[in-house]
Amino acid sequence: MTSPADLSAVERERTPEEAQFDDLIAADSRIEPRDWMPDAYRKTLIRQISQHAHSEIIGMQPESNWITRAPSLKRKAILMAKVQDEAGHGLYLYSAAQTLGITRDEMMAQLIEGRARYSSIFNYPTPTWADMGAIGWLVDGAAICNQVPLCRASYGPYGRAMVRICKEESFHQRQGFEILLELMQGTDEQRQMAQDAVNRWYWPALQMFGPPDDQSPNSAQSMAWNIKRFSNDELRQRFVGMLVPQAEVMGVTLPDPALKWNDETGRYDMSEIDWTEFEEVLAGRGPANAERIRRRREAHEEGAWVREAAAEYARKQAERQLAASGAVA
Amino acid sequence: MHGSVTVDELALAEELAGSGITGAGRVASADAAEYAMRLGDDALVLAQQLGMWITRAPELEEDVALGNIGLDLIGHARSLLHYAGTATGRSEDDLAYWRGEPEFRNAWLFEQPNGDFAHTIARQLVASLYLYELYGALEESADETIAAIAAKSVKEVDYHRDHAVQWVLRLAGGTDESRRRMILAVTDTWPYVDELFVDDELVTRLAADGVAVLPSTLRPAFEAAVDAVFTEAGLERPTGRTAFIASGGGRAGRHTEHLGPLLAEMQVLARSHPGASW
Repeated sequence: MTSPADLSAVERERTPEEAQFDDLIAADSRIEPRDWMPDAYRKTLIRQISQHAHSEIIGMQPESNWITRAPSLKRKAILMAKVQDEAGHGLYLYSAAQTLGITRDEMMAQLIEGRARYSSIFNYPTPTWADMGAIGWLVDGAAICNQVPLCRASYGPYGRAMVRICKEESFHQRQGFEILLELMQGTDEQRQMAQDAVNRWYWPALQMFGPPDDQSPNSAQSMAWNIKRFSNDELRQRFVGMLVPQAEVMGVTLPDPALKWNDETGRYDMSEIDWTEFEEVLAGRGPANAERIRRRREAHEEGAWVREAAAEYARKQAERQLAASGAVA
Repeated sequence: MHGSVTVDELALAEELAGSGITGAGRVASADAAEYAMRLGDDALVLAQQLGMWITRAPELEEDVALGNIGLDLIGHARSLLHYAGTATGRSEDDLAYWRGEPEFRNAWLFEQPNGDFAHTIARQLVASLYLYELYGALEESADETIAAIAAKSVKEVDYHRDHAVQWVLRLAGGTDESRRRMILAVTDTWPYVDELFVDDELVTRLAADGVAVLPSTLRPAFEAAVDAVFTEAGLERPTGRTAFIASGGGRAGRHTEHLGPLLAEMQVLARSHPGASW
């Protein structure tokens, strides 16, 4: 993606369009859909925004697993609202991607045919209610660390979508924290359930920031284009820094015996992340990859007759209107 | 239009407090509690069904719309069950999670399974047209709490009604297949309509005091609304006797085979941890 051709573009004579784009980026301004942009910038954004949209849509599944079994009506209402927010986020993001010249149908086809990526964390299952807490606290927490800087992303429609999304995500994170806190103050079984969920989600959540900086192929160009603002490792550190005091308040243990603050480096020391597992899940061999895609495909295929009906109805209505206006003329 | 519906923090905060309507500590009479439980169970059982559509709807916009309708219904159920519980010192969750099937008071319509999208829409059409007439009339209830809940709910059910009507028009007027499915769904749903409009002893007593509305009095407005939709959609309203023999025991706790599994799923976690709070 970071093709040398793009980088060397600055060195040769720039076209007025290129100059304008470079100036906007240099001034930290927004690029809007009407503006000229390099193909690679467009492609990078389509990839990133559509992956983000897919993550929201696939991310509904592990949580919707508990809507029918939520243990109180209050929790059921909160969970339904949350999953619905995620559908809303997916919709804004698909719209933002559409401004770059790809259709939602194309993106949906890429997703259900297994050609698109989404956050691999959603390929883990949610066997217990405590997973609703751990997803909110850890997964949404990691997402916020990743996404708050994206509110300033150089592409206008993306940055603006992220502002709205981040507000809701921070609410989700607090709800997740609250679910775990309630469990930790409950019965032994509930405390065990909470700790077990934190144990299972902690490492996959740290992996959400992507590979270490020296192995992240797309990062440099994205940072140059003001799409990305902080490196993967910086964001991961920031996230852990946020978790540590919150874990203490709840009384859960973060499952890394090596985790401790290092005064000398000014960073947290932590155990090595198991990137083999990350690669495996990314390659489609996670515990629930096949199931997630299958559910999306089935919903899409089983709903085809409904979408066809809506399209056919709209066509007939338009025809009638045309006939009516023709009759008048 | 439906795609733009989201739940913001303020709305959710209200939802957390049980829709903000707690009747200022008013305690329901035994009859009013039974009545509120019927309405609350209708809303709860329907919400549970709509929740199952989330991630399975034909379009993402419908995941949002059906989820939103379900969320409104949970809000209604919470207010109503909270009020019902005041008569016996039980919470909304005691009533939702710790009653068995024979203690549920919902009508059979609400426990009929989702089926395909057309069946869900047919059920939504009947439910929302009925609830719109019901809550509209209950705004005048002599019971202040019931009146307040109805006044809030009727505005939301108005939107549910519009959602169902728009889909009936699209499915009936779309393709041959969608029309065939819509007609079948209407035929399958209609046997459950009669029960909604039965005047039994409880409602007769409560209606005399101005607390409840006699269901039979809602039927003309309901049928006029159905006819208006069906005329535009080119559908026929099933007339005459459509109900099965002995159908409609929901208000007395007799249910179809569908309620048991629905409750088993809904209650399983809460019942595995007696006394726990969540």
